[in-house]
Amino acid sequence: MERMNTPTATSKPLNVSEIRKDFPIFTRHDGRPLYFLDSAASSQKPLSVLQAMDDYYSTTHANVHRGVYQLAEHATELYEGARFKIGRFVGAPNPSREILFTKNATESINLLSTSLTRGPLHRGDVVVLTEMEHHANLVPWLIAKEQFGIEIRYIRIDDNGYLILDEIDKILEDAKVLSVTLTSNVLGTLNPVAKLARLAHKNGAIVIGDGAQYVPHIATDVNELGLDFLAFTGHKMLGPTGIGVLWGKADLLEDLPPFLGGGDMITDVRLDGFTPNELPWKFEAGTPPIAEAIGLGAAVDYLENLGMDRVREHEVALLSYAFEKLESNFGKDITIHGPRNISDRSGVISFDFNNIHPHDISQILDQSGVCVRAGHHCAKPLMRHLGIAATARASFHIYNESADVDALIDALAKAQAFFG
Amino acid sequence: MPGLEDLYREIILDHYKNPRNEGTFPTPPAIKAEGHNPLCGDELTVYLILEDDVIKDIRITGQGCSISRSSASLMSVAVKGKTLAQVDRLLKIFKSMMSISTNANGEPEAVEPEEYSERELGELVALQGVVKFPVRIKCATLSWNTLIQALEDRAS
Repeated sequence: MERMNTPTATSKPLNVSEIRKDFPIFTRHDGRPLYFLDSAASSQKPLSVLQAMDDYYSTTHANVHRGVYQLAEHATELYEGARFKIGRFVGAPNPSREILFTKNATESINLLSTSLTRGPLHRGDVVVLTEMEHHANLVPWLIAKEQFGIEIRYIRIDDNGYLILDEIDKILEDAKVLSVTLTSNVLGTLNPVAKLARLAHKNGAIVIGDGAQYVPHIATDVNELGLDFLAFTGHKMLGPTGIGVLWGKADLLEDLPPFLGGGDMITDVRLDGFTPNELPWKFEAGTPPIAEAIGLGAAVDYLENLGMDRVREHEVALLSYAFEKLESNFGKDITIHGPRNISDRSGVISFDFNNIHPHDISQILDQSGVCVRAGHHCAKPLMRHLGIAATARASFHIYNESADVDALIDALAKAQAFFG
Repeated sequence: MPGLEDLYREIILDHYKNPRNEGTFPTPPAIKAEGHNPLCGDELTVYLILEDDVIKDIRITGQGCSISRSSASLMSVAVKGKTLAQVDRLLKIFKSMMSISTNANGEPEAVEPEEYSERELGELVALQGVVKFPVRIKCATLSWNTLIQALEDRAS
């Protein structure tokens, strides 16, 4: 990750006006302008992703791993091809065995919390999380605590939105699992995951990364990050909903008991037992989201074609522009949460504005076609730490441009006039 | 698309910026109930001083958006000094105006529109525009539901 924080400024910037033409939503909207600043909740989809799924259903659909006929074979090739592509995208050494398809990042983490407690973990074992986790990386472990008796320790955060690492050795002592978000969906903080992974491994813990907000925006290499598992989701990275990914080291996945049971995840079933399938199918029970996997594969193609370093540079430039504009226009009336240093941030800006409730802000912005998220962002413990109930959040992706930031500024000025 | 002036009427902004009957009462003699909207994190506490079947006094604390805060303030003015029967009537017409009601399990259900005059509604009519913004209806009804809660808790 340290590498990704300092992208080289030599590559060609993204051509956003061309990119926007690839996203039907920006041309087919109801005539009103659309300033979509909520990609951290879910991104928009390029035509190529929609077409890949459409083509599959129109020409190649059959169930995978089952039929011996040609159509089923082609469907299987497309599905497994997507797996390979997606694995390569995050640097998986052995994509065809180590990439598991799930429903979303949430299910990926639930798979781990469930299979780990069914397998290697024991009652009283320590799982380390951070205070800035999304509910997706909190509640599965809280369930494991309640049902199974794991112990949870937390890495706290400081006033600038960074993890407090002063006592990290103590927190990680005897820990069996460290599960940490690569970047906060609220604060934007890019966490020092590679460093944390080294420390956790020294203590013999396995390391899980929640990449839901990271993989869509920053070149990701599971080896450089030092992860054992990485969870992420398709719909935040230009892909469809209903498809998530769990990457895991093959030897660790081998040792884990299955998550969901059913068809496809077995090699044999008897009345008194079953033999699980090989990786990765051991963890894919039932008919998988075939079209969605293919769609996500097309999304990966789209992002790779742009180049993830350029994607990151684009977002850093937008972040800088937004910070500068927000502060020069509103000064003390706006409080932006999280690190001040742009290079320590991913492309989300959560803010308080004039003490106007985020729902009111979002409502007024909507009148100008500006879409931002308002609420607790599924991170209630973090909200409590910040001492607030909700924030407004603007977030970026490849199709955003300075005009989106300008529209945000104008709409915020309207809100200020209204409630000021 | 409905305009902002439908939602943010002047009365609403006034009650938001200068909430009436804000504060707490010691319990007892007051009864209280807490309400929250998990969607947006809005929370408020309603304190009631009842004498026989009259809401002698009411105070409300909490945090929330302009709609939930102003609706609470408007409600406090509307029910203060009223009998429980009058409050029940107000509740019915308010919910009718919001086009929703809740059944015994707290689930929303469609309501038979209640016949009422704008005079009966008084300042509450300012919240009429909220129905054009369905997401915000819950903000407007939070204080009323919390009031019901307080009265039901007392009854049991």
